[in-house]
Amino acid sequence: MKSIESTGKTIDEAVEAGLNELGVTIDKVDIEVIDEGNKGFLGFLGSRMAKVELTVKIDFQTRTKEILSNIFRLMNVDAEISVSESDEFLLLNVSGKNLGLIIGRRGETLNALQYLTNIMINKGLENEDRRRIQIDVEGYRRRREETLRGLALHLAEKSRREGKDIVLEPMSPQERRIIHITLRNIPYVNTFSEGEEPYRRVVISPKRGEG
Amino acid sequence: MKELVEYIAKSLVDNTDEVSVSQVNGERAVILELRVAQEDMGKVIGKQGRIAKAMRTIVKAAATKEGKRAVVEILQ
Repeated sequence: MKSIESTGKTIDEAVEAGLNELGVTIDKVDIEVIDEGNKGFLGFLGSRMAKVELTVKIDFQTRTKEILSNIFRLMNVDAEISVSESDEFLLLNVSGKNLGLIIGRRGETLNALQYLTNIMINKGLENEDRRRIQIDVEGYRRRREETLRGLALHLAEKSRREGKDIVLEPMSPQERRIIHITLRNIPYVNTFSEGEEPYRRVVISPKRGEG
Repeated sequence: MKELVEYIAKSLVDNTDEVSVSQVNGERAVILELRVAQEDMGKVIGKQGRIAKAMRTIVKAAATKEGKRAVVEILQ
């Protein structure tokens, strides 16, 4: 990532000088104060310049939107993309008509798009600079989450009734997490995952001597 | 379809100049042959072939829209 050091009589002036040198506005950089500086006695004795380091932030929003819209264009898919941020990830909401194609069977195509886009936007970046993205199409993930919650509760009940382990179909880490969280507070079952990615699956297991 | 494979591959590899895709049109299936620099092979295949699988899933979806079947082959 591009970063520079700049100096000035005050921190503000040092920042200003740095921004001028980089030719960007203040919202595009991370600022680290290296030396607060010292006005010194009577403004000259023992005075020290303030020093800051400015690092140009990576514009993930633009970068991600660009990659995804290029892919859609090449797939002949007409869709609108809007981006919002959370602490955890960048969320890309895709809307338009006939988008079943980019969701695929049980979200297969959507997950593939999300997986590849994550790799593309983080290409060449250090771990600490990487960002995760999530893509949703017409509220598909939210609806799928509701379906998975319902399924989890239903199968937990079945596992208790029959006293047997129930093995679910392979799911993405994100989807397995929804199952685990849904059943975390259900007293009569345990959940765990088994197998290797991408075939890792959740097992719902009844607790012995309960229920 | 060819451009799609090319775009995805170029976004993944380091040596973008060495990405080439040739398209072979069959009656119903389209075969897309992808070639990348030797040291970039891992970047288009991924651990346990995950990247290649994701790329194939996306290309398959795009092909379905045109009523075709597409096969992506990664060549050495």
